[in-house]
Amino acid sequence: MATTLTPPDSDQTSVPPAKLPPGLETNAEKAESRRGFLIGLPAYAYLVLFFALPLAIVVVYSFATRSTTGLTVLADWNLQSYARLTDSLVVAITWRSLWIATLTTVVSLVVAYPFAYYIATRTPRVRAALLVLVMIPFWSNFLVRTFAWRLLLSSDGPVTRILETLGFANPRLLFTPSAVIIGLVYGYLPFMILPLYASLERMDHSLVEAARDLYATGWEAFRKVTWPLSKPGVIAGSILVFIPSFGAFVTPEVLGGTGTTMLGSYIGRQFVGTASDWPFGAALSVAILFVMMLAAMFYFRSGGKDL
Amino acid sequence: MRNRRWIVAMVALALTVSACGREVGGDPEPDATDDGAEVEPDGTGDMASGCEVDEVDGDLLFGNWSEYMNPELIDLFEETYDVSVTEDFYTSNEALLAQIRAGGADFDVIVPSDYMVEIMIDEDILLALDHDVIPNMSNIAGEFDDPPYDPGLVYSMPYQWGTTGIGINVAEVGDVTPSWDLLFDPDVAGALPGEISILDDPREGMAAALFWLGYDPNTTDEGELEEAAAAIETARDWTVTYTSDQYAELLLTGETVAGHGYSGGFLDSFFGVDNPEDYDYLIPEEGAVIWTDNMAILADASSVCTAHTFINFILDAENGAELTNWTYYASPNAGSAEFIEEEITTDPTIYPPDDVREKLVFLENTGDAEILFTDLFTGAQG
Repeated sequence: MATTLTPPDSDQTSVPPAKLPPGLETNAEKAESRRGFLIGLPAYAYLVLFFALPLAIVVVYSFATRSTTGLTVLADWNLQSYARLTDSLVVAITWRSLWIATLTTVVSLVVAYPFAYYIATRTPRVRAALLVLVMIPFWSNFLVRTFAWRLLLSSDGPVTRILETLGFANPRLLFTPSAVIIGLVYGYLPFMILPLYASLERMDHSLVEAARDLYATGWEAFRKVTWPLSKPGVIAGSILVFIPSFGAFVTPEVLGGTGTTMLGSYIGRQFVGTASDWPFGAALSVAILFVMMLAAMFYFRSGGKDL
Repeated sequence: MRNRRWIVAMVALALTVSACGREVGGDPEPDATDDGAEVEPDGTGDMASGCEVDEVDGDLLFGNWSEYMNPELIDLFEETYDVSVTEDFYTSNEALLAQIRAGGADFDVIVPSDYMVEIMIDEDILLALDHDVIPNMSNIAGEFDDPPYDPGLVYSMPYQWGTTGIGINVAEVGDVTPSWDLLFDPDVAGALPGEISILDDPREGMAAALFWLGYDPNTTDEGELEEAAAAIETARDWTVTYTSDQYAELLLTGETVAGHGYSGGFLDSFFGVDNPEDYDYLIPEEGAVIWTDNMAILADASSVCTAHTFINFILDAENGAELTNWTYYASPNAGSAEFIEEEITTDPTIYPPDDVREKLVFLENTGDAEILFTDLFTGAQG
């Protein structure tokens, strides 16, 4: 047996290397990685062309100078635009953006959690149907949907009417910070529901039963079992809602009025406005990007330890 | 045309953002610099274009505001001169400028507003016009032939003009003195039976407050600007929102009873309702902003002769009247007066009487102070 088997074995293992030039294996590996690179090339090219390069241009512009007529002069590189980031106006708008984004995230979480839990505990068929319902709003344009809220929240719109019947005197919703938060929660709710659903669906529900068997109350079972297990979804959902809310542009422009200027609108005004201060707008964007990156890194790390 | 539409504005922003990706250099086109240098210092600007009157040298790409050109005039021009005219639209002066700076506009003729003409001249984007090829220039009314933004009309020819004032719901507000008190005075604006809107534009918004305070809307005095910002901030209590494209709609839907906006924007929408007598457009007696939109040729235009011929065609007395009869904006063309419908020429909100006209002021580019205008206005809006 051994003798009959050995020759073919040795043929396969020892003979081919002897016939082939040295370094073939490394060549094969190289070829393999080259193929991998070629397959990934369109994606790399796309990212470099449409993400890295524009971002680099934004960074370069942030050190440029605004001419008296509002032209961006790519010379006399300076930090002047960054010096303006500590202006009281910028600080005030940043704080407003922060609290609007935070409130949006909290409200989204409170609304989305029970719903995601509900979806996760349905039968697969109902689940699929509910998930489709969650995603249906994405089939129409965000701007159009935001304008629809304008009708809903207007002074003779249904929401205001209901509030009036409930006894609120002269309720004004449209063009207030509340309207902006309602619009943002509406817009980004699916981003909260989907990751929450993913982590709740993956959860082993017999763990909750076990907790109840061990005399945990419903609340205790939630706090000690369900909540910790759904935390990755909570963190992912919160980031997905907070970051776009913080930089929101469309919603505050359409639904906001007095006292609702957010960073997105202020940055927009640097580009399409009489100020025409592209370097400052770029500096604002770079600063936000930097802060967001730091916050996300911190959030992921601190969250990661608990998981 | 200042009637900016939101959705299109978003597209404009997207364009601007994408424009960031291109070279927006500090070095203008070399030939543009030459054109600027060859202009005679006295500003007569008779640039020899090498064109003859009525000569055409190719098809025309016309960049304009939307709803701002009688399509029949385009047809007539195409038939008369056997060229094709393509009209393309922009939504704000800034979007137009951004597009040109980024090299993404191949327009021959554009229609920027007054202060933007000044900026474009400074940036050597515009071609000095050959006045010899635009004989209809003589039709331009005296008050428009030497504007502060382009003395001697070296680079631009007026297209249409209008004012920035206040639209009111007469049924709600009643007979009122046309005054900026309607927006800023706590005793007047604060006592209105509803709320107001202010243009979401730092220059226009601040100009309204500056007029109310009795200051020059082009002031760069920090103290005066801060006072104006304070007035806008006080007015927050009765301001529902700041908008540059919905002011007429808010007024018509009852969200506001008075709104700050452009003449054409209000008048246009008043014509479309069942009860036009319930609304009125007022030019405040303290003074108001007057604006012109102006035809200009880009320095790197490919059909320079066609462009000159087109401008001359629009400045023709009858064609100019056809334009105003269609847009309902006032015409700077004195020769057109007799051909314009009487309903328009006798409307004091389109053609204000002389005593009102004297108090109309052009907004001028204030250079670095634009940043101050923007930040003070943004801060006042909250």
